[in-house]
Amino acid sequence: MQCQECGKKPATLHFTKIVNGEKTEFHICEACAREKGELIPGTPGGFSIHSLLSGLLDFEPAAQSGLGPKPQTIRCEECGLTYSQFSKIGRFGCSSCYRHFSGRLDPLFKRVHGNTVHVGKIPLRSGQQIQSRREIEQLKLELQEKISHEEFESAAQIRDRIRELERRLADA
Amino acid sequence: MERRRFAQDALSEWMKTNGPDSEIVISSRIRIARNLSRHPFPMLATNQQSREVMEQLTGVARDERLESFGRFDIFILSELNELEKKVLVEKHLISPGLANESRGGALLLNDKESVSIMINEEDHLRIQCLYPGFQIKEAWTVASRIDDTFEGAVDFAFDEKLGYLTSCPTNVGTGIRASVMMHLPALVLTQQINRILSAITQVGLAVRGLYGEGSEAVGNLFQISNQITLGQSEEEIIDNLYGVARQIIEHEKAARERLMAESRVRVEDRVNRSFGILSHASIMDSKEAAQRLSDVRLGIDLGIIQDVPPCVMNELMVMTQPGFLQQVFDEVLNPEQRDIRRAELIRGQLLKSESGGV
Ligand SMILES: [Zn+2]
Ligand SMILES: [Zn+2]
Repeated sequence: MQCQECGKKPATLHFTKIVNGEKTEFHICEACAREKGELIPGTPGGFSIHSLLSGLLDFEPAAQSGLGPKPQTIRCEECGLTYSQFSKIGRFGCSSCYRHFSGRLDPLFKRVHGNTVHVGKIPLRSGQQIQSRREIEQLKLELQEKISHEEFESAAQIRDRIRELERRLADA
Repeated sequence: MERRRFAQDALSEWMKTNGPDSEIVISSRIRIARNLSRHPFPMLATNQQSREVMEQLTGVARDERLESFGRFDIFILSELNELEKKVLVEKHLISPGLANESRGGALLLNDKESVSIMINEEDHLRIQCLYPGFQIKEAWTVASRIDDTFEGAVDFAFDEKLGYLTSCPTNVGTGIRASVMMHLPALVLTQQINRILSAITQVGLAVRGLYGEGSEAVGNLFQISNQITLGQSEEEIIDNLYGVARQIIEHEKAARERLMAESRVRVEDRVNRSFGILSHASIMDSKEAAQRLSDVRLGIDLGIIQDVPPCVMNELMVMTQPGFLQQVFDEVLNPEQRDIRRAELIRGQLLKSESGGV
């Protein structure tokens, strides 16, 4: 079997990548393996996670072809990358690409992550406002809970906390 | 030229201590990807922009903001020679991408080599924390605090809906890759490995094993990592990985017990045979070395071999890589010479540890 990266040398490394139960096999030569991407700590040689992902990213939502602008003409105004370049190389050019390609990205995120909305960490300093908004939403849920259990004293405390956060947001 | 510290020692300081479950989990690693909000990602940055990014981010180390995480050295990639870069890659302190392709690439490395921070790799900033054994939560705690330290000084590209914006869409959201490197010889020997690995991948995790000819992974090492970075919190991602890895540890332990109960002599033969060959062979290629070192490592964990400390095995895994070999012997080696030097080095290390002088 020939190496699937260079097509020249015989493939001596064979490995399987399984994501969400979907199995993909890779056959590459040692030279190509060594040249590529992330390494596994403690193993000789190495191989790339990126070449494995290109299959996932080479992705044109079928339902959208024929609708809206052609991918070649969608372009990030900040860095100049086109959507079709993006889908070929699988990399964004800058953080604004996310905004300029936004109409097309959710199906991709859905397919890669099964989700489209971040729920994790928020930057400590620059994300204070987002943090406050999230906290207010959480507190409002708690408030409803307390009211429905007729725990009015703690409900009042939560309401005060919400007001304080809302005031701080307005001042910012 | 004077050798840099990272090039002298095969084993990073952090690998010399034994972590929890270290007879099965070699290491735990957290990597987080971050980008500055006002610069194009490294792929499209001009040389000037890459330099600015490097200045800003190395500045955080220069200002000594990182000092609670150790003493950091700043390495500019273009100032390192080929062999030094190769050694850093073999020790997993930088990626081959940073070594070979980066513009304005830099590395911030702490004295224990447990924190390595890559600048201008695929993303502007990649923070990597390594812990021995099974300590993935500890690694996240430290990585997150380092993240906060950088964020105190620079503006990260962050979107309220999508989270941290990264060059590759597979990292967007948390930008986190949590992984554990596991040594699973008994699951391979008892042919349970494929069943177990395919079962655990049903839950958003990826398994990477490096396969040689046949079905056995080279060195029986498997890396298990999260695949999803968007729509799960860091804690969920880490808890998920932790829970699955914990189950694999139990399966590997059970398989080791079964092996010893049912085929003790065969296991002893395999271990001792590999030990004998490593102690006496004159030519050793890297694949055979990895497999035999795995056997010996299993023998140590099962108490069959008692005079060799487990960290010697970790050390040999790194020392027997081409770049490090050339560093040790201080000469350029062709593959054939490498196999001879590799055999020599392994013999020396095993002899040294047997006579008690590690
Ligand atoms: Zn190849
Ligand atoms: Zn862009």
